[in-house]
Formats: sequence, structure tokens, C-alpha cells
Amino acid sequence: MPLNPSLTGRSYPPTEPYEVGREKIREFADAIGAGHPAYRDQSAARASGHPDIVAPPTFPIVLSMRANRLVLDDPELGIDEGRVVHGEQKFRYFRPVYAGDTLVCEAGIEELTARGGHEFLLIRTDVRTTQDEPVVTVWSRLVVRGEK
Amino acid sequence: MDKDTELPERSFRITRADLVRYAGASGDFNPIHWNDRTAAENDLPGVIAHGMFTMALAAQALVEWTGDPAGLVEYEVRFSKPVAVPDDETGAEVVVSGVVQNPTAEGHTRIEISATSAGQRVLGRGSGAVTRDA
Repeated sequence: MPLNPSLTGRSYPPTEPYEVGREKIREFADAIGAGHPAYRDQSAARASGHPDIVAPPTFPIVLSMRANRLVLDDPELGIDEGRVVHGEQKFRYFRPVYAGDTLVCEAGIEELTARGGHEFLLIRTDVRTTQDEPVVTVWSRLVVRGEK
Repeated sequence: MDKDTELPERSFRITRADLVRYAGASGDFNPIHWNDRTAAENDLPGVIAHGMFTMALAAQALVEWTGDPAGLVEYEVRFSKPVAVPDDETGAEVVVSGVVQNPTAEGHTRIEISATSAGQRVLGRGSGAVTRDA
């Protein structure tokens, strides 16, 4: 079933604040094999001028995926998740994510296109602190593969 | 870093155990990343790595090249082919390479990235990063 193109531009309510914990960052860094001390050790992070442990560059996906759940579950969009693959991913960083941040995500549908029997859904997620400081903008382009 | 400098290739290995661990750490429990039956039902070549896992590995290469764990201004990738991860001890190999491009108008370094697995390009054209480091 084709995605509803009139949903382009739709935005979704902000997520509940997410508290970035040191152990969560360490767990994520372990899972991707990121060995830099700034991802694990507070004093190493502070010595390089950071307020606390730094999250690796792709860590914001942990938050944006939660926000994107609102989009994927939108009954008016009618997406068949079994046919979804990740097409493109982009991050624009205002600053790194740090342990101790409390972050809110707001997702929206930036683009809906169809090409070659597939459909492409571009979701933009703005990640900010609860003090409204922008931290990172996340774009995920999902491909809904056409039926064979 | 000078334009056209080829950065040292970096190779990573991904096993099924790594995928389970990444699923837990990231919260992405999509069964195509751990269940052969689901992967087959979705016309995939078998269990595939999370695209975001491949992107995280390429970020490790960027961090090693620049020496800065927090220097990225922009980072984007195109997932051109899935990384199939066989159910054995060796898993899949992902090889990441990078080439320095012209700097941005702000004077930041731009690096084009490519990644291959089993001889196929898994991070395609348009993949790359802008970093504060020179």
C-alpha cells in the first residue's frame, strides 16, 4: 500500500526527556568497540575540555529511534515495517552528547518519495536539551521495498 | 590533512554475538539482525548487520584518522548493500577507507568514506564526514 504523500511535513510531539547516563555510554562504546578514553573515563574527557564522558558519534540514534517510533506507528502512514530497510543516515552536530545531558527529540516527516517501485521516507529528528539548547539533528532515510 | 590523502584502511570483524550486543546497547531489536527465519521471510541473504553498526565502525575509523573522539560536525552514509553476517566464528569483515576532500567554506576537513564487505561496497557514494580537525 503506498504511503500517504499528504503526510510530508507532519511533525510529532516531543518525546519524554532522556537522561544520558555514563554507564549507557560505556555500554554503547563497548558494543561498537570504541576504545577512546573520552567515551569511558571522566577525567580523560575533562582533560580534553569536555564536561563529562563523551558519547560516540552515532549514539544519538538510540534517542532518535525512539522518537521515530511515533512516525512508524502512525496509522495514517500505514508502513509495513517488514519491508523497511535503512537507506541513508545523517547527523549534524551542534555539540557532542555528554553524560548528564537530558535530551528531548522531536521527529517529523521531511520527505516522502517513490522511485523504481520503492518508497523513501525521510525522517528528521531535532535533539535538544530540556533547556532548549540544540545538540544534534538526525536524518534517517528509510526505504520501503516494493513487493516482488 | 591534504586533499586526496588516502587514509589508512581499517578492518573490522562482525560476528552474530556482536550483533546481539549491539541490539541490546542500541535498543534496535529488529529480528532481521539476529533471526535467520525473519531475514529469509524478508528476502534478505540471511541475518544482516544493523546499518547503524556499520556506520558506528566507520566512525571509529574517522576517530582514529583525526585523533578526535568528538570532532565531527557532520556525518552521513548511504547504505548501498547489506552486510550479511554468517552464523560462524569468523562472521563478516568490513573494511573502511577514506580520502581527504577539499575543505569546507568554514575551513573544516571533509573526508569521503567507503566501506566494503565480501567484495561489495556497503557504504556507497556520498558517504563522508566533516570534521573540525585538520
